[in-house]
Amino acid sequence: MLAVEEVRSSYGRIEALHGVSLDVAAGEIITLVGANGAGKTTLLRAISGVQPISAGRIRFEARRLDGISAHVRVALGIAQVPEGRQVFAPLSVEDNLRLGGWTRRGERLDAELAWVYELFPALASRRRVSAGTLSGGEQQMLAIGRALMAKPRLLLLDEPSMGLAPMLVEQILDVVRSLKQAGLTVLLVEQNARAALAIADRGYVVETGRIATSGSAGELLADDRVRAAYLGV
Amino acid sequence: MTELLQFTFSGLTVGAVYALVALGFTLIYNSCDVINFAQGEFVMLGGMTTVFLGLAGVPLPLAACFAVVLTVAVGLALHRFAIEPARGSGAVVLIIITIGASIFLRGAAQVIFDKRFHTLPPFVGGDAIRIAGAAILPQSLVVLAGAVIILVLLWAFIERTLIGKAMVATAANEIAARLVGIDTRAAVGLSFAIAAAIGAVAGILITPIALTSYDVGTVLALKGFAAAMLGGIGSAVGAVIGGLVLGLLEAFAAGYVSSQYKDAVAFLVILIVLLAMPRGLFGRAPVERV
Ligand SMILES: Nc1ncnc2c1ncn2[C@@H]1O[C@H](COP(=O)(O)OP(=O)(O)OP(=O)(O)O)[C@@H](O)[C@H]1O
Ligand SMILES: [Mg+2]
Repeated sequence: MLAVEEVRSSYGRIEALHGVSLDVAAGEIITLVGANGAGKTTLLRAISGVQPISAGRIRFEARRLDGISAHVRVALGIAQVPEGRQVFAPLSVEDNLRLGGWTRRGERLDAELAWVYELFPALASRRRVSAGTLSGGEQQMLAIGRALMAKPRLLLLDEPSMGLAPMLVEQILDVVRSLKQAGLTVLLVEQNARAALAIADRGYVVETGRIATSGSAGELLADDRVRAAYLGV
Repeated sequence: MTELLQFTFSGLTVGAVYALVALGFTLIYNSCDVINFAQGEFVMLGGMTTVFLGLAGVPLPLAACFAVVLTVAVGLALHRFAIEPARGSGAVVLIIITIGASIFLRGAAQVIFDKRFHTLPPFVGGDAIRIAGAAILPQSLVVLAGAVIILVLLWAFIERTLIGKAMVATAANEIAARLVGIDTRAAVGLSFAIAAAIGAVAGILITPIALTSYDVGTVLALKGFAAAMLGGIGSAVGAVIGGLVLGLLEAFAAGYVSSQYKDAVAFLVILIVLLAMPRGLFGRAPVERV
Protein backbone atom coordinates (compact mmCIF):
# COMPACT_ATOMS: atom_id res chain seq x y z
CA MET A 1 0.00 0.00 0.00
CA LEU A 2 2.84 2.35 0.90
CA ALA A 3 6.35 2.02 -0.47
CA VAL A 4 9.13 4.35 0.61
CA GLU A 5 12.25 3.92 -1.50
CA GLU A 6 15.66 5.39 -0.69
CA VAL A 7 14.19 8.63 0.59
CA ARG A 8 16.51 11.44 1.57
CA SER A 9 15.43 14.64 3.24
CA SER A 10 17.23 17.61 4.74
CA TYR A 11 16.67 20.58 6.98
CA GLY A 12 18.74 23.27 5.33
CA ARG A 13 22.16 21.72 4.84
CA ILE A 14 21.70 19.02 7.45
CA GLU A 15 20.44 15.74 6.03
CA ALA A 16 18.03 13.99 8.40
CA LEU A 17 17.11 10.97 6.25
CA HIS A 18 19.97 9.27 4.40
CA GLY A 19 18.04 6.93 2.13
CA VAL A 20 15.19 5.27 3.99
CA SER A 21 13.15 2.42 2.50
CA LEU A 22 10.17 0.68 3.97
CA ASP A 23 6.96 -1.05 2.94
CA VAL A 24 3.54 -1.13 4.46
CA ALA A 25 0.97 -3.63 3.24
CA ALA A 26 -2.75 -2.99 3.45
CA GLY A 27 -4.22 -3.92 6.84
CA GLU A 28 -0.92 -3.95 8.71
CA ILE A 29 0.11 -2.06 11.80
CA ILE A 30 3.73 -1.11 11.30
CA THR A 31 5.71 0.57 14.01
CA LEU A 32 8.81 2.71 13.71
CA VAL A 33 11.01 2.77 16.77
CA GLY A 34 14.14 4.79 17.27
CA ALA A 35 15.88 7.22 19.57
CA ASN A 36 15.27 10.96 19.75
CA GLY A 37 16.33 12.66 16.56
CA ALA A 38 16.54 9.45 14.54
CA GLY A 39 14.32 10.88 11.82
CA LYS A 40 10.95 9.25 12.49
CA THR A 41 8.98 12.47 12.43
CA THR A 42 10.83 13.64 9.34
CA LEU A 43 9.84 10.44 7.56
CA LEU A 44 6.15 10.80 8.44
CA ARG A 45 6.22 14.44 7.38
CA ALA A 46 7.77 13.41 4.07
CA ILE A 47 5.06 10.80 3.51
CA SER A 48 2.39 13.42 4.19
CA GLY A 49 4.12 15.91 1.91
CA VAL A 50 4.83 18.67 4.41
CA GLN A 51 8.55 17.91 4.29
CA PRO A 52 10.35 18.01 0.93
CA ILE A 53 12.49 15.07 -0.09
CA SER A 54 15.70 15.46 -2.05
CA ALA A 55 15.94 11.93 -3.42
CA GLY A 56 13.99 8.70 -3.56
CA ARG A 57 10.35 7.93 -4.18
CA ILE A 58 7.21 7.48 -2.16
CA ARG A 59 4.41 5.40 -3.64
CA PHE A 60 0.91 5.08 -2.27
CA GLU A 61 -1.29 2.40 -3.79
CA ALA A 62 0.92 2.32 -6.89
CA ARG A 63 0.66 6.08 -7.34
CA ARG A 64 3.83 8.13 -7.10
CA LEU A 65 3.45 10.96 -4.63
CA ASP A 66 6.20 13.20 -6.07
CA GLY A 67 4.85 16.62 -6.75
CA ILE A 68 1.51 15.87 -5.09
CA SER A 69 0.70 18.52 -2.49
CA ALA A 70 0.07 17.63 1.11
CA HIS A 71 -3.60 18.57 0.92
CA VAL A 72 -4.16 16.29 -2.06
CA ARG A 73 -2.50 13.39 -0.27
CA VAL A 74 -5.15 13.63 2.44
CA ALA A 75 -7.82 13.34 -0.21
CA LEU A 76 -5.99 10.29 -1.60
CA GLY A 77 -6.34 8.59 1.78
CA ILE A 78 -3.30 9.44 3.91
CA ALA A 79 -3.99 11.18 7.20
CA GLN A 80 -1.51 12.04 9.92
CA VAL A 81 -1.75 12.59 13.64
CA PRO A 82 1.25 14.87 14.05
CA GLU A 83 3.74 14.85 16.88
CA GLY A 84 2.62 17.09 19.71
CA ARG A 85 -1.07 16.80 18.67
CA GLN A 86 -1.24 20.20 16.90
CA VAL A 87 -4.95 20.68 17.43
CA PHE A 88 -6.47 23.96 16.25
CA ALA A 89 -6.41 25.64 19.64
CA PRO A 90 -8.86 28.50 19.02
CA LEU A 91 -11.50 26.26 17.46
CA SER A 92 -13.97 24.04 19.26
CA VAL A 93 -13.58 20.28 19.50
CA GLU A 94 -16.35 19.76 16.99
CA ASP A 95 -14.90 22.31 14.57
CA ASN A 96 -11.55 20.54 14.78
CA LEU A 97 -13.29 17.30 13.86
CA ARG A 98 -15.28 18.86 11.05
CA LEU A 99 -12.09 20.33 9.63
CA GLY A 100 -10.61 16.86 9.85
CA GLY A 101 -13.25 15.98 7.27
CA TRP A 102 -12.32 18.98 5.12
CA THR A 103 -11.49 16.86 2.08
CA ARG A 104 -14.96 15.35 2.31
CA ARG A 105 -16.89 18.58 2.81
CA GLY A 106 -20.19 18.41 1.06
CA GLU A 107 -20.73 14.90 2.39
CA ARG A 108 -22.71 14.42 5.56
CA LEU A 109 -20.20 13.58 8.24
CA ASP A 110 -22.62 12.84 11.07
CA ALA A 111 -21.90 9.12 11.05
CA GLU A 112 -18.15 9.71 11.27
CA LEU A 113 -18.62 12.27 14.04
CA ALA A 114 -20.72 9.79 15.97
CA TRP A 115 -18.08 7.13 15.45
CA VAL A 116 -15.28 9.38 16.76
CA TYR A 117 -17.35 10.35 19.79
CA GLU A 118 -17.98 6.67 20.40
CA LEU A 119 -14.25 5.90 20.20
CA PHE A 120 -13.49 8.81 22.54
CA PRO A 121 -16.47 9.50 24.81
CA ALA A 122 -14.40 12.12 26.64
CA LEU A 123 -14.63 14.31 23.54
CA ALA A 124 -18.40 13.99 23.21
CA SER A 125 -19.06 15.88 26.43
CA ARG A 126 -16.68 18.66 25.41
CA ARG A 127 -17.66 19.27 21.82
CA ARG A 128 -18.24 23.01 22.27
CA VAL A 129 -15.07 23.61 24.26
CA SER A 130 -12.13 25.19 22.47
CA ALA A 131 -9.42 22.66 21.77
CA GLY A 132 -6.70 24.71 23.41
CA THR A 133 -8.28 24.20 26.81
CA LEU A 134 -8.33 20.39 26.62
CA SER A 135 -5.95 18.24 28.66
CA GLY A 136 -3.03 16.58 26.88
CA GLY A 137 -4.85 13.26 26.69
CA GLU A 138 -8.01 14.83 25.32
CA GLN A 139 -5.99 16.74 22.74
CA GLN A 140 -4.40 13.50 21.62
CA MET A 141 -7.84 11.91 21.26
CA LEU A 142 -8.95 14.94 19.30
CA ALA A 143 -5.91 14.78 17.03
CA ILE A 144 -6.64 11.12 16.29
CA GLY A 145 -10.34 11.77 15.81
CA ARG A 146 -9.56 14.68 13.50
CA ALA A 147 -7.38 12.44 11.32
CA LEU A 148 -10.06 9.74 11.26
CA MET A 149 -12.65 12.21 10.00
CA ALA A 150 -10.80 12.23 6.66
CA LYS A 151 -11.67 8.53 6.37
CA PRO A 152 -8.08 7.64 5.58
CA ARG A 153 -6.92 4.25 4.41
CA LEU A 154 -3.44 4.89 5.79
CA LEU A 155 -3.11 6.51 9.20
CA LEU A 156 0.25 7.93 10.29
CA LEU A 157 0.55 8.30 14.06
CA ASP A 158 3.50 10.23 15.51
CA GLU A 159 4.06 9.39 19.16
CA PRO A 160 0.45 9.34 20.26
CA SER A 161 1.41 8.29 23.78
CA MET A 162 3.85 11.13 24.38
CA GLY A 163 3.38 12.68 27.79
CA LEU A 164 0.29 10.67 28.64
CA ALA A 165 -0.49 8.75 31.83
CA PRO A 166 -0.11 4.95 31.48
CA MET A 167 -3.86 4.38 31.56
CA LEU A 168 -4.42 6.76 28.67
CA VAL A 169 -1.57 5.20 26.70
CA GLU A 170 -3.34 1.90 27.10
CA GLN A 171 -6.62 3.38 25.90
CA ILE A 172 -5.04 5.04 22.86
CA LEU A 173 -3.22 1.88 21.80
CA ASP A 174 -6.47 -0.07 22.21
CA VAL A 175 -8.10 2.34 19.80
CA VAL A 176 -5.24 1.88 17.33
CA ARG A 177 -5.77 -1.87 17.50
CA SER A 178 -9.50 -1.44 16.91
CA LEU A 179 -8.73 0.72 13.88
CA LYS A 180 -6.92 -2.20 12.35
CA GLN A 181 -10.06 -4.25 12.86
CA ALA A 182 -11.99 -1.50 11.11
CA GLY A 183 -9.75 -2.00 8.08
CA LEU A 184 -7.23 0.83 8.47
CA THR A 185 -3.54 0.51 7.79
CA VAL A 186 -1.42 2.16 10.46
CA LEU A 187 2.13 3.45 10.56
CA LEU A 188 2.86 4.09 14.21
CA VAL A 189 5.88 5.96 15.57
CA GLU A 190 6.47 5.28 19.23
CA GLN A 191 9.09 5.94 21.89
CA ASN A 192 7.37 3.29 23.94
CA ALA A 193 8.71 0.45 21.79
CA ARG A 194 7.42 -2.36 23.94
CA ALA A 195 3.84 -1.17 23.84
CA ALA A 196 4.05 -0.43 20.13
CA LEU A 197 5.52 -3.81 19.22
CA ALA A 198 2.83 -5.47 21.30
CA ILE A 199 0.14 -4.29 18.86
CA ALA A 200 2.20 -4.15 15.65
CA ASP A 201 2.57 -6.76 12.93
CA ARG A 202 6.02 -5.60 11.92
CA GLY A 203 8.47 -2.92 12.87
CA TYR A 204 11.41 -0.91 11.62
CA VAL A 205 14.21 0.41 13.79
CA VAL A 206 15.38 3.87 12.70
CA GLU A 207 18.85 5.02 13.69
CA THR A 208 20.28 8.42 12.66
CA GLY A 209 18.35 8.69 9.44
CA ARG A 210 18.66 5.06 8.34
CA ILE A 211 16.75 1.84 8.84
CA ALA A 212 18.93 -0.24 11.14
CA THR A 213 16.81 -3.40 11.37
CA SER A 214 13.35 -4.57 10.56
CA GLY A 215 11.28 -7.63 11.15
CA SER A 216 8.10 -9.01 12.58
CA ALA A 217 7.10 -7.66 15.96
CA GLY A 218 8.05 -11.00 17.53
CA GLU A 219 11.50 -10.98 15.93
CA LEU A 220 12.22 -7.45 17.09
CA LEU A 221 11.02 -8.19 20.61
CA ALA A 222 13.46 -11.11 20.67
CA ASP A 223 16.38 -9.26 19.05
CA ASP A 224 19.17 -8.70 21.57
CA ARG A 225 20.23 -5.33 20.17
CA VAL A 226 16.68 -4.05 20.05
CA ARG A 227 16.09 -5.31 23.57
CA ALA A 228 19.17 -3.55 24.87
CA ALA A 229 18.62 -0.28 23.04
CA TYR A 230 14.85 0.21 23.08
CA LEU A 231 13.30 -2.19 25.54
CA GLY A 232 15.66 -1.57 28.41
CA VAL A 233 16.51 -5.20 29.10
CA MET B 1 -21.10 69.62 24.72
CA THR B 2 -22.17 70.25 21.13
CA GLU B 3 -18.51 70.37 20.18
CA LEU B 4 -17.77 67.12 21.93
CA LEU B 5 -20.63 65.42 20.11
CA GLN B 6 -19.48 66.87 16.81
CA PHE B 7 -15.90 65.67 17.27
CA THR B 8 -17.12 62.30 18.43
CA PHE B 9 -19.16 61.82 15.29
CA SER B 10 -16.43 62.84 12.91
CA GLY B 11 -13.97 60.75 14.91
CA LEU B 12 -16.15 57.67 14.67
CA THR B 13 -16.60 58.14 10.95
CA VAL B 14 -12.90 58.24 10.10
CA GLY B 15 -12.31 55.72 12.85
CA ALA B 16 -14.60 53.27 11.08
CA VAL B 17 -12.44 53.57 7.98
CA TYR B 18 -9.25 53.11 10.01
CA ALA B 19 -10.89 50.08 11.59
CA LEU B 20 -11.54 48.55 8.18
CA VAL B 21 -7.97 49.18 7.09
CA ALA B 22 -6.71 47.68 10.36
CA LEU B 23 -8.95 44.69 9.79
CA GLY B 24 -7.27 44.17 6.43
CA PHE B 25 -3.87 44.20 8.11
CA THR B 26 -5.15 41.74 10.69
CA LEU B 27 -6.58 39.26 8.20
CA ILE B 28 -3.40 39.06 6.19
CA TYR B 29 -1.14 39.13 9.21
CA ASN B 30 -3.00 36.23 10.77
CA SER B 31 -2.98 34.16 7.64
CA CYS B 32 0.71 34.46 6.78
CA ASP B 33 2.50 36.74 9.28
CA VAL B 34 2.93 39.47 6.68
CA ILE B 35 2.26 43.12 7.47
CA ASN B 36 0.81 44.21 4.16
CA PHE B 37 1.72 47.84 3.64
CA ALA B 38 -0.15 47.85 0.34
CA GLN B 39 -3.40 47.68 2.34
CA GLY B 40 -3.81 51.45 1.93
CA GLU B 41 -3.58 51.09 -1.85
CA PHE B 42 -6.60 48.75 -1.76
CA VAL B 43 -8.55 51.65 -0.24
CA MET B 44 -7.21 54.03 -2.88
CA LEU B 45 -8.06 51.63 -5.71
CA GLY B 46 -11.62 51.25 -4.46
CA GLY B 47 -12.23 55.00 -4.41
CA MET B 48 -10.25 55.99 -7.51
CA THR B 49 -11.59 53.23 -9.75
CA THR B 50 -15.14 54.14 -8.83
CA VAL B 51 -14.45 57.82 -9.53
CA PHE B 52 -12.91 57.21 -12.93
CA LEU B 53 -15.47 54.66 -14.07
CA GLY B 54 -18.09 57.16 -12.96
CA LEU B 55 -16.43 59.87 -15.04
CA ALA B 56 -16.44 57.48 -17.98
CA GLY B 57 -20.20 57.24 -17.69
CA VAL B 58 -20.61 53.99 -15.80
CA PRO B 59 -23.48 54.20 -13.28
CA LEU B 60 -21.94 54.60 -9.81
CA PRO B 61 -23.32 51.44 -8.18
CA LEU B 62 -21.93 49.41 -11.06
CA ALA B 63 -18.66 51.33 -10.95
CA ALA B 64 -18.35 50.59 -7.24
CA CYS B 65 -18.93 46.86 -7.78
CA PHE B 66 -16.35 46.80 -10.53
CA ALA B 67 -13.88 48.69 -8.34
CA VAL B 68 -14.23 46.02 -5.64
CA VAL B 69 -13.70 43.22 -8.17
CA LEU B 70 -10.65 44.94 -9.62
CA THR B 71 -9.15 45.50 -6.17
CA VAL B 72 -9.73 41.87 -5.24
CA ALA B 73 -7.92 40.87 -8.44
CA VAL B 74 -5.02 43.12 -7.45
CA GLY B 75 -4.98 41.58 -3.97
CA LEU B 76 -4.92 38.06 -5.41
CA ALA B 77 -2.16 39.03 -7.84
CA LEU B 78 -0.13 40.53 -5.00
CA HIS B 79 -0.38 37.25 -3.15
CA ARG B 80 0.23 35.01 -6.13
CA PHE B 81 3.07 36.86 -7.82
CA ALA B 82 4.80 38.72 -5.00
CA ILE B 83 4.14 37.07 -1.64
CA GLU B 84 3.82 33.41 -2.57
CA PRO B 85 7.12 33.14 -4.49
CA ALA B 86 8.92 34.67 -1.50
CA ARG B 87 7.43 32.35 1.08
CA GLY B 88 10.06 31.15 3.46
CA SER B 89 11.96 34.41 3.23
CA GLY B 90 12.11 36.33 6.47
CA ALA B 91 9.44 38.72 7.69
CA VAL B 92 11.56 41.72 6.72
CA VAL B 93 11.80 40.59 3.09
CA LEU B 94 8.03 40.10 2.91
CA ILE B 95 7.36 43.51 4.43
CA ILE B 96 9.70 45.12 1.94
CA ILE B 97 7.85 43.33 -0.86
CA THR B 98 4.55 44.81 0.31
CA ILE B 99 6.13 48.26 0.54
CA GLY B 100 7.40 47.79 -3.01
CA ALA B 101 3.93 46.72 -4.12
CA SER B 102 2.47 49.80 -2.45
CA ILE B 103 4.89 52.09 -4.30
CA PHE B 104 4.19 50.27 -7.56
CA LEU B 105 0.42 50.55 -7.19
CA ARG B 106 0.68 54.22 -6.32
CA GLY B 107 2.84 54.84 -9.37
CA ALA B 108 0.49 52.90 -11.61
CA ALA B 109 -2.50 54.84 -10.24
CA GLN B 110 -0.72 58.13 -10.89
CA VAL B 111 -0.22 57.12 -14.52
CA ILE B 112 -3.56 55.43 -15.17
CA PHE B 113 -5.69 57.91 -13.22
CA ASP B 114 -4.15 61.30 -12.45
CA LYS B 115 -2.60 63.33 -9.64
CA ARG B 116 -5.65 65.37 -8.69
CA PHE B 117 -8.09 65.05 -5.84
CA HIS B 118 -11.47 63.54 -6.57
CA THR B 119 -14.72 62.98 -4.80
CA LEU B 120 -17.98 61.13 -5.26
CA PRO B 121 -21.50 62.37 -4.63
CA PRO B 122 -22.88 61.20 -1.26
CA PHE B 123 -24.80 57.92 -1.53
CA VAL B 124 -27.79 59.46 0.17
CA GLY B 125 -28.64 63.08 -0.28
CA GLY B 126 -30.24 65.44 2.16
CA ASP B 127 -29.12 67.94 4.72
CA ALA B 128 -26.94 67.31 7.70
CA ILE B 129 -28.85 65.73 10.55
CA ARG B 130 -28.83 67.84 13.72
CA ILE B 131 -28.49 66.11 17.06
CA ALA B 132 -28.12 68.38 20.09
CA GLY B 133 -26.61 71.04 17.90
CA ALA B 134 -24.07 68.75 16.26
CA ALA B 135 -24.31 68.25 12.51
CA ILE B 136 -23.98 64.76 11.10
CA LEU B 137 -23.64 64.18 7.39
CA PRO B 138 -25.88 61.41 6.12
CA GLN B 139 -22.80 59.97 4.41
CA SER B 140 -21.19 59.53 7.84
CA LEU B 141 -24.05 57.27 8.76
CA VAL B 142 -23.53 55.39 5.49
CA VAL B 143 -19.87 54.88 6.39
CA LEU B 144 -20.73 53.65 9.87
CA ALA B 145 -23.49 51.38 8.60
CA GLY B 146 -21.20 50.03 5.88
CA ALA B 147 -18.52 49.27 8.44
CA VAL B 148 -21.00 47.48 10.67
CA ILE B 149 -22.32 45.41 7.77
CA ILE B 150 -18.79 44.41 6.76
CA LEU B 151 -17.99 43.41 10.33
CA VAL B 152 -21.12 41.32 10.65
CA LEU B 153 -20.54 39.60 7.31
CA LEU B 154 -16.92 38.89 8.15
CA TRP B 155 -17.85 37.60 11.57
CA ALA B 156 -20.53 35.33 10.12
CA PHE B 157 -18.13 34.05 7.47
CA ILE B 158 -15.43 33.19 9.98
CA GLU B 159 -17.66 31.85 12.74
CA ARG B 160 -20.36 30.18 10.74
CA THR B 161 -18.77 28.66 7.65
CA LEU B 162 -16.33 25.79 7.32
CA ILE B 163 -14.21 27.84 4.92
CA GLY B 164 -13.95 30.58 7.53
CA LYS B 165 -12.91 28.01 10.09
CA ALA B 166 -10.36 26.60 7.68
CA MET B 167 -8.87 30.10 7.51
CA VAL B 168 -8.75 30.28 11.30
CA ALA B 169 -7.16 26.82 11.36
CA THR B 170 -4.57 27.87 8.79
CA ALA B 171 -3.75 30.93 10.85
CA ALA B 172 -3.53 28.91 14.05
CA ASN B 173 -1.40 26.05 12.74
CA GLU B 174 -0.41 26.00 9.10
CA ILE B 175 1.19 22.56 9.05
CA ALA B 176 -1.73 20.95 10.86
CA ALA B 177 -4.08 22.64 8.41
CA ARG B 178 -2.21 21.08 5.49
CA LEU B 179 -2.33 17.73 7.27
CA VAL B 180 -6.13 17.80 7.34
CA GLY B 181 -6.16 18.55 3.63
CA ILE B 182 -6.63 22.31 3.56
CA ASP B 183 -4.97 24.03 0.62
CA THR B 184 -3.33 26.61 2.83
CA ARG B 185 -2.01 28.58 -0.12
CA ALA B 186 -5.56 29.11 -1.29
CA ALA B 187 -6.58 29.99 2.27
CA VAL B 188 -3.92 32.71 2.39
CA GLY B 189 -4.97 33.91 -1.06
CA LEU B 190 -8.53 34.15 0.20
CA SER B 191 -7.42 36.35 3.07
CA PHE B 192 -5.73 38.69 0.58
CA ALA B 193 -8.93 38.76 -1.46
CA ILE B 194 -11.08 39.57 1.56
CA ALA B 195 -8.64 42.20 2.83
CA ALA B 196 -8.64 43.80 -0.62
CA ALA B 197 -12.43 43.79 -0.81
CA ILE B 198 -12.75 45.36 2.63
CA GLY B 199 -10.18 48.00 1.70
CA ALA B 200 -11.95 48.82 -1.56
CA VAL B 201 -15.33 49.17 0.13
CA ALA B 202 -13.80 51.43 2.77
CA GLY B 203 -12.32 53.57 0.00
CA ILE B 204 -15.65 53.86 -1.78
CA LEU B 205 -17.54 54.72 1.41
CA ILE B 206 -15.16 57.45 2.56
CA THR B 207 -14.53 59.18 -0.78
CA PRO B 208 -17.67 61.40 -0.64
CA ILE B 209 -16.45 62.74 2.73
CA ALA B 210 -12.67 62.74 2.57
CA LEU B 211 -11.69 63.06 -1.11
CA THR B 212 -9.33 60.61 -2.73
CA SER B 213 -6.23 60.72 -4.88
CA TYR B 214 -3.59 58.30 -6.10
CA ASP B 215 -1.59 58.63 -2.90
CA VAL B 216 -4.20 58.49 -0.12
CA GLY B 217 -3.10 54.91 0.56
CA THR B 218 0.12 55.92 2.26
CA VAL B 219 -1.51 57.83 5.05
CA LEU B 220 -4.35 55.33 5.38
CA ALA B 221 -1.91 52.44 5.69
CA LEU B 222 -0.09 54.33 8.41
CA LYS B 223 -3.33 55.04 10.28
CA GLY B 224 -4.62 51.52 9.84
CA PHE B 225 -1.31 50.11 11.01
CA ALA B 226 -1.37 52.37 14.07
CA ALA B 227 -4.92 51.20 14.78
CA ALA B 228 -3.95 47.54 14.42
CA MET B 229 -0.96 48.05 16.73
CA LEU B 230 -3.10 49.84 19.27
CA GLY B 231 -5.65 47.04 19.23
CA GLY B 232 -2.97 44.39 19.34
CA ILE B 233 -1.77 43.13 16.00
CA GLY B 234 -3.59 39.94 15.04
CA SER B 235 -6.76 40.67 16.99
CA ALA B 236 -9.83 41.45 14.90
CA VAL B 237 -11.69 43.01 17.83
CA GLY B 238 -8.56 45.00 18.60
CA ALA B 239 -8.41 46.26 15.01
CA VAL B 240 -11.94 47.63 15.22
CA ILE B 241 -11.53 49.21 18.65
CA GLY B 242 -8.08 50.50 17.72
CA GLY B 243 -9.48 52.13 14.59
CA LEU B 244 -12.32 53.82 16.42
CA VAL B 245 -10.07 55.01 19.24
CA LEU B 246 -7.53 56.39 16.79
CA GLY B 247 -10.28 58.19 14.86
CA LEU B 248 -11.60 59.73 18.06
CA LEU B 249 -8.13 60.74 19.27
CA GLU B 250 -7.48 62.43 15.95
CA ALA B 251 -10.78 64.25 15.96
CA PHE B 252 -10.23 65.51 19.49
CA ALA B 253 -6.64 66.52 18.72
CA ALA B 254 -7.80 68.37 15.64
CA GLY B 255 -10.74 69.98 17.40
CA TYR B 256 -9.28 70.91 20.77
CA VAL B 257 -5.63 71.44 19.87
CA SER B 258 -5.02 72.11 16.21
CA SER B 259 -5.77 70.27 13.02
CA GLN B 260 -2.05 70.46 12.27
CA TYR B 261 -1.47 67.82 14.91
CA LYS B 262 -4.07 65.43 13.56
CA ASP B 263 -1.70 63.18 11.65
CA ALA B 264 0.86 63.20 14.44
CA VAL B 265 -1.58 61.30 16.64
CA ALA B 266 -1.06 58.11 14.67
CA PHE B 267 2.72 58.36 15.02
CA LEU B 268 2.34 59.04 18.72
CA VAL B 269 0.10 56.01 19.10
CA ILE B 270 2.60 53.77 17.27
CA LEU B 271 5.42 55.05 19.48
CA ILE B 272 3.55 54.63 22.72
CA VAL B 273 2.36 51.15 21.81
CA LEU B 274 5.83 50.06 20.74
CA LEU B 275 7.46 51.41 23.88
CA ALA B 276 4.87 50.78 26.54
CA MET B 277 2.51 48.02 25.42
CA PRO B 278 3.84 45.98 22.53
CA ARG B 279 0.84 43.68 22.63
CA GLY B 280 -1.65 46.51 22.28
CA LEU B 281 -5.04 46.47 23.94
CA PHE B 282 -6.22 43.02 22.87
CA GLY B 283 -3.05 41.29 21.75
CA ARG B 284 -2.58 37.78 23.01
CA ALA B 285 0.43 35.56 23.28
CA PRO B 286 1.66 35.00 19.72
CA VAL B 287 0.71 31.29 19.69
CA GLU B 288 -2.98 31.95 20.31
CA ARG B 289 -3.77 34.27 17.44
CA VAL B 290 -7.20 34.04 15.88
N1 LIG C 1 12.73 21.86 12.01
C1 LIG C 1 13.96 21.32 12.03
N2 LIG C 1 15.02 22.06 11.67
C2 LIG C 1 16.27 21.54 11.67
N3 LIG C 1 16.56 20.29 12.01
C3 LIG C 1 15.55 19.50 12.39
C4 LIG C 1 14.19 19.99 12.41
N4 LIG C 1 13.39 18.99 12.83
C5 LIG C 1 14.20 17.93 13.04
N5 LIG C 1 15.48 18.24 12.78
C6 LIG C 1 16.64 17.34 12.88
O1 LIG C 1 16.39 16.21 12.05
C7 LIG C 1 16.78 15.01 12.72
C8 LIG C 1 15.59 14.07 12.77
O2 LIG C 1 14.58 14.66 13.59
P1 LIG C 1 13.14 14.01 13.78
O3 LIG C 1 12.30 15.02 14.48
O4 LIG C 1 12.67 13.48 12.52
O5 LIG C 1 13.49 12.83 14.78
P2 LIG C 1 12.51 11.88 15.58
O6 LIG C 1 13.00 10.51 15.33
O7 LIG C 1 11.12 12.18 15.27
O8 LIG C 1 12.84 12.28 17.06
P3 LIG C 1 11.89 12.32 18.35
O9 LIG C 1 11.81 10.94 18.85
O10 LIG C 1 12.61 13.23 19.28
O11 LIG C 1 10.57 12.86 17.92
C9 LIG C 1 17.29 15.42 14.09
O12 LIG C 1 18.70 15.45 14.04
C10 LIG C 1 16.74 16.80 14.29
O13 LIG C 1 17.65 17.57 15.04
MG1 LIG D 1 9.56 12.82 16.32
